[in-house]
Amino acid sequence: MGATLRRLSAAPRLAGAASPFDWTRPVPALTLALFLLPIGAGLLGTLLPAFGWQPGLAGEAPGLAPWRALFDQPGLERSVLVTLVSGIGATLAAFAIVVAFCAGCHRSRLFRRLRLVLAPLLAVPHAAAAIGLAFLIAPSGLLVRLVSPWASGWALPPDVASVNDPWGLALTLGLTVKELPFLLLMTLGALGQVGAREPLRTARSLGYGPTTAWLKTVLPALYPLIRLPLYAVLAFSLSVVDMAIILGPSTPPSLAVLVLRWFYDPDLSLRFVAAAGATLQLGLVAAAIALWALGERLVARAARPWLAGGGRGGDWPGGARLADAAGRTAALGAVGLGLASLLGIALWSFAWRWRYPDVLPTSWSLESWRRQLEGLGATGGTTLALGLCATVIALVLVVGCLEREQRGGRRPGRGALWLLYLPLLAPQIGFLFGVQVLAVRLDLAGGWLALVWSHLLFVLPYVFLALAEPYRSLDPRYGRAARCLGAGPERLLWRIRLPMLLRPLLFAAAVGFAVSVGQYLPTLFLGAGRVATLTTEAVALSAGGDRRVLAVYAFLQALLPLLGFLAAIALPAWLFRRRRGARAPQ
Amino acid sequence: MNRGLRLLGAAALAAGLAGVSPAPAAQPLTWEQALERAPGQTLYWNAWAGDERVNAYIAWVGARLEELHGVELVHVKLTDTAEAVGRVLAETAAGKTEGGSVDLVWLNGENFATMKDNGLLYGPFVEALPNFALVDTRNKPTTLVDFTVPTDGLEAPWGMAKLNFVYDSARVEETPASVRGLAEWAAAHPGRFTYPAPPDFLGSTFLKQALIELTEDADLLQRPVEDDAQFEAATAPLWAYLETLHPQLWRGGRLFPASGPAQLQLLDDGELDIAVSFYPSEAQSLIDNGRLPESARVFLLEEGTIGNTHFVAIPFNAQAKAAAMVAANFLMSPEAQARKQDPRHWGDDTVLALDRLDPAQRALFEAIPAGPATLPPDRLGPVLLEPHPSWMTRIEAEWARRYGA
Repeated sequence: MGATLRRLSAAPRLAGAASPFDWTRPVPALTLALFLLPIGAGLLGTLLPAFGWQPGLAGEAPGLAPWRALFDQPGLERSVLVTLVSGIGATLAAFAIVVAFCAGCHRSRLFRRLRLVLAPLLAVPHAAAAIGLAFLIAPSGLLVRLVSPWASGWALPPDVASVNDPWGLALTLGLTVKELPFLLLMTLGALGQVGAREPLRTARSLGYGPTTAWLKTVLPALYPLIRLPLYAVLAFSLSVVDMAIILGPSTPPSLAVLVLRWFYDPDLSLRFVAAAGATLQLGLVAAAIALWALGERLVARAARPWLAGGGRGGDWPGGARLADAAGRTAALGAVGLGLASLLGIALWSFAWRWRYPDVLPTSWSLESWRRQLEGLGATGGTTLALGLCATVIALVLVVGCLEREQRGGRRPGRGALWLLYLPLLAPQIGFLFGVQVLAVRLDLAGGWLALVWSHLLFVLPYVFLALAEPYRSLDPRYGRAARCLGAGPERLLWRIRLPMLLRPLLFAAAVGFAVSVGQYLPTLFLGAGRVATLTTEAVALSAGGDRRVLAVYAFLQALLPLLGFLAAIALPAWLFRRRRGARAPQ
Repeated sequence: MNRGLRLLGAAALAAGLAGVSPAPAAQPLTWEQALERAPGQTLYWNAWAGDERVNAYIAWVGARLEELHGVELVHVKLTDTAEAVGRVLAETAAGKTEGGSVDLVWLNGENFATMKDNGLLYGPFVEALPNFALVDTRNKPTTLVDFTVPTDGLEAPWGMAKLNFVYDSARVEETPASVRGLAEWAAAHPGRFTYPAPPDFLGSTFLKQALIELTEDADLLQRPVEDDAQFEAATAPLWAYLETLHPQLWRGGRLFPASGPAQLQLLDDGELDIAVSFYPSEAQSLIDNGRLPESARVFLLEEGTIGNTHFVAIPFNAQAKAAAMVAANFLMSPEAQARKQDPRHWGDDTVLALDRLDPAQRALFEAIPAGPATLPPDRLGPVLLEPHPSWMTRIEAEWARRYGA
């Protein structure tokens, strides 16, 4: 695909294509400028204190003292280990399930219905999913209650660490369940661009088994398209805070939680340790991504003989069937676990009393809903407005950047645009302190401009992530045909590219909107604590630990993104209801 | 924890901030000036918002302030008070010495000490507030001394906390009367008690409580830690106690709940029989709220438990100082204090001396209903003073070294 694109780009410009003003020309520079300032401030805000200097706030003498203090912290090695186990483990697990499921089930009807099932899981905030899962698998949780005490004999909950286990396995499970839908949806989107049907048909006609055919012909083309989403999942899983607090161990917790704890310690000198910890976290993420990239090469090299060897996968048909079944079971298990967590949360939101070992609440109440619905309009409106602003701006900028690549003929990914991913890699807490100081200096803190800007920092990378590959790998022949028919670049953009890319565009917007709705720290820091969104309210209340209140907020928080995802699914289907080809792009 | 770094950092920080802070603040406002300037001001009150009842109470305060003084109250909802401290810090770092975003902050202990040490607080303003005269500073010495740090009129007392234990009377017949008794109970009922992992304040308070009972000379704890040898000698009985206690705890003492609320949730889930609490009215309030079983009850220790006070303070760069003073005064009023003590609204004990109130004001407190888990004031036992903060810091560090890794 890349080769085709290069060839097209190198082709001489067609007559009549040049327009007097090309609005996309300044967009990449503008986007980078919007990013560089806060990223610079954010990284400085992390790095300088890590080496003993905090802007404006005199620290100790610059030096390595914060690092020595960091490595003196008890439990640091263990904490790093837990972080790596859960972060890399969850990413590997989610990826393996996606591959196994797609390879084994790409022909099933379930596969096509998947988006609808995944949308709620994608929309529900991480903290809520974690609380739901914790309630499901805890020793006093729903699963144990289903068999207690009549079958298990446990009159009291068993004293077993099925959540908050010292190795972070519950956290790994939670991350897998929550990241799987994102990865699966990104994969489904990419599959549409790969054009899997032709190679599959060819391979099948040459006698390859369906799973083998998929692994040998589709996966190698698919992988480059989902590489960046995988890195994002990896970075996110390594630095997640809310899920780690709920599902992860506490003595010691994962590194991101430790950093947050140091940052919030009333003893201000611990901020230097926190900054060093945040830098270490940044390093961990970078190292994990490098490790993953190395793994990619090794796997690709090791798999080459197998790929080219011509094995049809028929030598051991039982094995292939077993693998298919395993993929299907793992995927359905993970999605089922996620949906069951949501069900538990739903029950809690209507519960008044619900103790072990009751399988259902013993008394019900609408009280939790009634209390939270007061004053919801303003909070919901702020959340919606903020999310829409950030998403629309992000969409315009991303489309501008991507369109610029097409028109300027530059090979994507070679420029400075990778900088856009930095906000996803750095731990928010240290990063945002620098951004906050910048905003206060510019006298923007507490205003909408700073708030939208800060959301943009996290929304735009995801929009880019979701849109870049579909945009870049749209078959260039469409564009060429349009240009041959005399369409200028704008007409090509509006009449050909954007309509053809409507599905990924809307999906990218839905992802961006969901990211905005979920932002906690940026809203808190840049809003000077004065702007209340559904998420700031939910997180503030979560400190009290009332499952019923959290359950209500989980739904309120999930509602807006869910509507976004449903719109992203339903709108193209409705718009293209008369165009069969556009309905199911292959 | 590297103590050298902490001290060095704190010292450097204080020195550095002095350069950025405003010249010694102008004369604090008098009460008359505050009353005069408050109407029309918008007051951004930064307060922990983890409890719906607390939030509802603060909303009520807002309505009353609007009626009484024409002040518009905005509750800036925090998960951690350090967020507000951090914001004042960021503003200071950016040279914003007036028109700051935090007008009033709910705090105590370490956060107060930090802000006071770094000159981030406005005042002294508390003596100027008329309702401060009603505060029981004699019998509640913690209204003037916050974790051994004198308040010096920089924070106004708002409510009282006292360490206590919540238990499920359906499962526990006889409650322990001392920290040692608690260990014996745990040995007889393995896996049914735990405490939140320090540095959660409730977990740290439990450790300090144990230290006060177990150490030889508890008076030492009122002064800063002198050196390693002294700390080791004074805390040796505490670590010996934990060595025997931990194997008997929930999850064998290898895991600890992350917070107080998480631990009370475990009590409700039936995973625990005894949990730690810092508010004697909390149990009743949670029963009323459907979050603990009807059989939940409270017990305290015979020799007394640690008590402290929580406060409100005004940052040096606050925008609405007059409104903040007016609000702090209202929070100490009999009307506000009686509502706060009512478990249906909150259940947080008053800082006022009831004998200084007139009969109508006293009647407000007498009308508060008592539930089955409410203990009368005379059964709350003696109040033990918080040790000096340096003990807490070092105990947390030592605990993390022994059990946090």
